[in-house]
Amino acid sequence: MEVIEHYLYTKEHEWVNIEDNEAYIGITDYAQAQLGDITFIELPGEGDEVEQFEQFASLESVKAASDIYSPLSGTILEVNAELEEEPGLINKSNYDKGWIIKISVSDMDECSNLMTAEEYENFLESVG
Amino acid sequence: MTTQDTLKKTPLYKDHVALNAKMVPFGGWDMPVQYEGILAEHHQTRHECSLFDISHMGEFIIEGDATALDGIVTMSIKDMPVQSCRYGMILNEQGGIIDDLIVFRLEQAKWFIVVNGATTAKDAAHFQKHLKGGTVFKDVSLATGKLDVQGPTARKILKTFVGDIDKLEYYKFDFFDLLGENVLISRTGYTGELGYEIYYPWDKTVELWNALLKAGDIKPAGLGARDVLRLEVGYSLYGHELEENISPLEAGLSKFIDFEKDFIGKDALLKEKEAGVKRKIVGLLSQNRRSPRADNTIYSEDGKAIGIVTSGTFSPILEKGIGLGFVDIACAQTGNIILFGNDKSRAEAAISSRIFYKEGSLKT
Repeated sequence: MEVIEHYLYTKEHEWVNIEDNEAYIGITDYAQAQLGDITFIELPGEGDEVEQFEQFASLESVKAASDIYSPLSGTILEVNAELEEEPGLINKSNYDKGWIIKISVSDMDECSNLMTAEEYENFLESVG
Repeated sequence: MTTQDTLKKTPLYKDHVALNAKMVPFGGWDMPVQYEGILAEHHQTRHECSLFDISHMGEFIIEGDATALDGIVTMSIKDMPVQSCRYGMILNEQGGIIDDLIVFRLEQAKWFIVVNGATTAKDAAHFQKHLKGGTVFKDVSLATGKLDVQGPTARKILKTFVGDIDKLEYYKFDFFDLLGENVLISRTGYTGELGYEIYYPWDKTVELWNALLKAGDIKPAGLGARDVLRLEVGYSLYGHELEENISPLEAGLSKFIDFEKDFIGKDALLKEKEAGVKRKIVGLLSQNRRSPRADNTIYSEDGKAIGIVTSGTFSPILEKGIGLGFVDIACAQTGNIILFGNDKSRAEAAISSRIFYKEGSLKT
């Protein structure tokens, strides 16, 4: 399973890529493989507030639905509207074109609650 | 809860693992849910051809005159010509569905019955309890592998193995020579496409699997795609639309019942008919890509709970969510708008025909 070196990760298999005070958020390679073909996404609105580890979107694959939780608190600056037309982008390019939201981070200290790439890889091994 | 160790394995278990299939427990069996992906396998079945391992299904052979069997199954069987097969159910005394099945008339007094994998043991017990003396019952499930070849090019592909396969008409069966074995092949399936179900000796099924895959233009598909394919054409699945507390009248399966004859469960059905059914299965067509899911509550537009979703999926053909579910009879009119979901989140769907996709190659 691919893991990107400088991203941070949650136990629910979301990633966050922080640049200055802004952050892109998506789901990991492991998560997209577990879900299978993604067929629907319910996106939040731009300007909405998100809380760390609170649900902000829901994804559906052919067979199941699952909730997506935000790795950090902040305000949504942008949502990836392309996913509404082509949710399969998350399967094809989960770390890049399949990003879900971009936020302005309200509390960088929350990063200490997240896993580094190395920690996430160990976590994946532990969940089998 | 069934643990990984106690799950039963089909003769192709190792082949599925070698193909990198995602394996899941299904009715007590360790089965492939997908290989490449559900969407790809669905597409391949609708447009080309797929190979399914369905060896978990149960098979029985019954020898004896038609009367004994006739009183157990819902459909008329006495008028079945030899070499024909018919779909129907077995019911309990309360009129609930023990299982759905296909009965094949092999000879005047010899029958082959195909039942669901998860229900094989209880079905066998039911038949043995109710068959009269002088009837021979054999459970041949673990001697019988089963491969389904399904898709618009199925005939062309199978013809390279079975030269005279094109004589087989829709919902008929015959015995054919296939790789040195004389086996039953029926023109039946669970996908809405042209297709064949092949009953093959259990310990040789792996050879047939490999030979078919080597032929090219056919790829394995798993139970995930199979479930999407059957829902698109409105077929029922045991454990979802069919259960011991569901009657065939509610399940929309009246046409597979012969009320002219006696059978177990008939009295209860007659009473239910007279009182009128309280709920029935309807199709649910979502307004967008969001899909109903099994066990979602169905609400009227003003928020009253009126039913429950039994199966739901994303339909790749319609690019919309589809499902089946029970709703109160008063709310069951086609075209009615309902909501599906739970306390947290709900979405709109229209009550529709349960046959969502009608363009399949089934009868071509």
